[in-house]
Amino acid sequence: MTEVFDGIVVGGGIVGCACAYYLSERFPKVLLIEKGPVGGGSTAAGMGHVVVMDDSRAQFALTQYSQQLWNELFPQLEPSCEPRSTGTLWVAADEEEFSHVDGKRKLYESNGLRAEVLDTKAIREAEPHLREGLPGGLLIPGDSVIYPMTAAAWLLDQARLRGAKLLQGRAVVKMGQGKTTLDDGTTLDAHFVVNATGDRAQTLTPGLPITPRKGHLIITDRYPGYVRHQLVELGYLKSAHEMSNESVAFNAQPRATGQILLGSSRQFVGWDPGIDRNLIAKMVARATEYLPGIGSLSVIRTWVGFRATTPNSLPLIGSLQHDPATLVAAGHEGLGITTSLATGKLIADIASGVESKIDRNPFAVSVEVKS
Amino acid sequence: MPELDRFDVVVVGAGPAGLAAANAAAGFGARVALIDENELPGGQIYRASRGSISASVREVIEDLSKKSVVRFDGSTVFEAPSDGVLRLWGPRGTQDIGYRSLVLAVGGRELFLPFPGWTLPNAMGIGGLQALVKAGLDVREKRVVVAGTGPLLLAVGAYLLEHGARVPIILEQAPLKDLALFGAGLVRYPAKIGQGISLGRHIATRLRAGAWVERAEGSRAVESVTWRKGGKSFQTECDFLACAYGFVPNVELPQLLGCEIQDGFVKVDDQQLTSVKGVFCAGEPTGIGGVDLSQVEGRIAGLVAIGQDDQAEALFGKRESWKRFARSMDRAFALRHELMELSTPDTIVCRCEDVRAGDLVAWESSRTAKLQTRCGMGPCQGRICGPATQKLFGWTQGSVRPPLSPVPLSALGRPLDEIEN
Amino acid sequence: MTVRINGKEFEVSPGTSVAAALLNIGYSGFRRSETGESRGPVCGMGICLECRVQIGGVRHVRACMVTCQDHMEIETDA
Repeated sequence: MTEVFDGIVVGGGIVGCACAYYLSERFPKVLLIEKGPVGGGSTAAGMGHVVVMDDSRAQFALTQYSQQLWNELFPQLEPSCEPRSTGTLWVAADEEEFSHVDGKRKLYESNGLRAEVLDTKAIREAEPHLREGLPGGLLIPGDSVIYPMTAAAWLLDQARLRGAKLLQGRAVVKMGQGKTTLDDGTTLDAHFVVNATGDRAQTLTPGLPITPRKGHLIITDRYPGYVRHQLVELGYLKSAHEMSNESVAFNAQPRATGQILLGSSRQFVGWDPGIDRNLIAKMVARATEYLPGIGSLSVIRTWVGFRATTPNSLPLIGSLQHDPATLVAAGHEGLGITTSLATGKLIADIASGVESKIDRNPFAVSVEVKS
Repeated sequence: MPELDRFDVVVVGAGPAGLAAANAAAGFGARVALIDENELPGGQIYRASRGSISASVREVIEDLSKKSVVRFDGSTVFEAPSDGVLRLWGPRGTQDIGYRSLVLAVGGRELFLPFPGWTLPNAMGIGGLQALVKAGLDVREKRVVVAGTGPLLLAVGAYLLEHGARVPIILEQAPLKDLALFGAGLVRYPAKIGQGISLGRHIATRLRAGAWVERAEGSRAVESVTWRKGGKSFQTECDFLACAYGFVPNVELPQLLGCEIQDGFVKVDDQQLTSVKGVFCAGEPTGIGGVDLSQVEGRIAGLVAIGQDDQAEALFGKRESWKRFARSMDRAFALRHELMELSTPDTIVCRCEDVRAGDLVAWESSRTAKLQTRCGMGPCQGRICGPATQKLFGWTQGSVRPPLSPVPLSALGRPLDEIEN
Repeated sequence: MTVRINGKEFEVSPGTSVAAALLNIGYSGFRRSETGESRGPVCGMGICLECRVQIGGVRHVRACMVTCQDHMEIETDA
């Protein structure tokens, strides 16, 4: 006798957990399959910044919707998820960058988000360790920070309380047409299957335009108050967009522990897990340009992770045209922690055949099927 | 970009194994570097007292300088950035040094098993307390309870008495019969006998075999310990508690270099060669065996590193004899299961992140526990709680990520030296 | 030789490590743990990181690995 699931989610990163969270609100029989620890892949490697990004209209809509969902969840989250309203401070390095700040402010405000332009004096008051003489920046107070691994686990726990099941320690080797085959040969049946395997999604759904983009991170010992907001250089999006092999942008995050998490780098080097010391050196130099005293802070760990990158920097959320029982929720680049919740909502909407609060078209999946 | 400084042999760790390796290699004219984190060579065993160098260490240092060994004192190897290159942080900032052969003589550290109160100030390791006394801690008239297991217990007990401490009791977890067997076995090792007897006379009245600390009590620091023997609990007041359960190997640098680890130790062949070409390992990382075994292993590694295989082979017999001694120690001081059951749900296991035993029971591996509770994620990077959770829950430890020990961010800010081929 | 600990001057013998000096003077708690517990040295050899103090304005320095220097400024619980 085979059990038929309403939906199977493959992948227990934060995106898969968010899918399970919202699917379990609408379907009694949801199964999530994760081969390793929950939140152990890109989720564990990332920063945990919940941020509204103005890269494109679609991205703005998705991140803003997601942030609203996070804000609704914050009061319920376990303390170990460490939700913190740090805000994001976009730092202008020069007058040229500063000249764009007001346009950015208008964009956020026109979408109903608070935004505040800080001048050279105000930015130093907000962040005393920033270099003197910076022209200013833009503060987005509504952004926040969470601890991604515990947040992913919490979402999955809630789904399980609603009846969702977890199958851990088994890898999925094949999926499609409602069938999911495990590495022990078992095949599971479901009305729909969600591929939420992040930077590996193209191995289960061939043809998905996802490329791993490697990032390095550095974390310090505890220095509470040294950095107060998530600090991002205004050139960040420029760097994120460069499709060159390597780019570095300044990004510093105050963790709830008082630790400072330093990014960011982007490299197309496949899944090479090695640490590139020269790239780390560039990140340190970049951080020191903005925070001149940071070199004396004690570093306890460096690591790498892989972002699931798509050509237009938008995640793939939707069903396959040739196989409507296969849904994709992958390709979240560097924003998966933020966009996980909206992704889960959209996937649940698609699965239950209802309209979504935002336009789903920009995230539609198109796959070249090779015969 | 500066050019990489290259050596024939680089030795990491200037304890017994590292000193022996450096001396052996340099004796044949090789260009040798010796790196150690401490301000002076000697390691924990020959640790200099208050900056004043003991006669034996002075001899060692003179020998090293006669042979033109280049010393990198006060320098931490924090990364292995590419094949044949180590990265140090030391008095001259970040330095890259290159090697043809590498001898890892990185020693071991004490094993700590959590019990209620073990995180109180003035509760520390046995070697830990001794190191502090050597660094100037005045223990005169202080009441020190020494507890744990192994020969170090007795050696440090005697050392503390010599330095004016009052040592009310020494608690050895191993039962008396195993100790007696071990003592009888010493007959085969004449050098050890003298030590055994002189220790015995000082401490026989204080030693309690088959006894262990159940918990430590105190408000701002340790004030007393409750210990157990023969099914009964006793309480003893003290100013310090020195408690550790033997040694665990420092395998992090070998792991970072890709050396194969077997049963928790670095796997080496007859010539002390690891699974990585040109990388040797000697001393505690290959198996806990004490100073004599470390020395002979270091010497073998140093000789093979410069191609003196025959000379090295002549030492194999001696090494085997010290290995037998090490095995008899392992048997005598095997840890009793009661020690794994001392913590309560409230007892802290990960001291860096204050993760309690009760927070850990739900997780099936060190990796999951780390992701969900931060156990092992703090500045010591699991060096203390890792071996403890291995004993308590059978968890194996995950991968090692640089830096190997905390360094200032600026240490990572230097691009790699140019490697001239 | 004198060092300043939490703003007060103390005599120490040359060659004493910062950790030993603090203990000799009567400071057994060197730092506050994540949940506010008082902590002091454990391993004595730079591995456990429990003896971190602030020296000369630099935080998170291992007291057991540093020898006292004349006029050194040391802060505990920093």
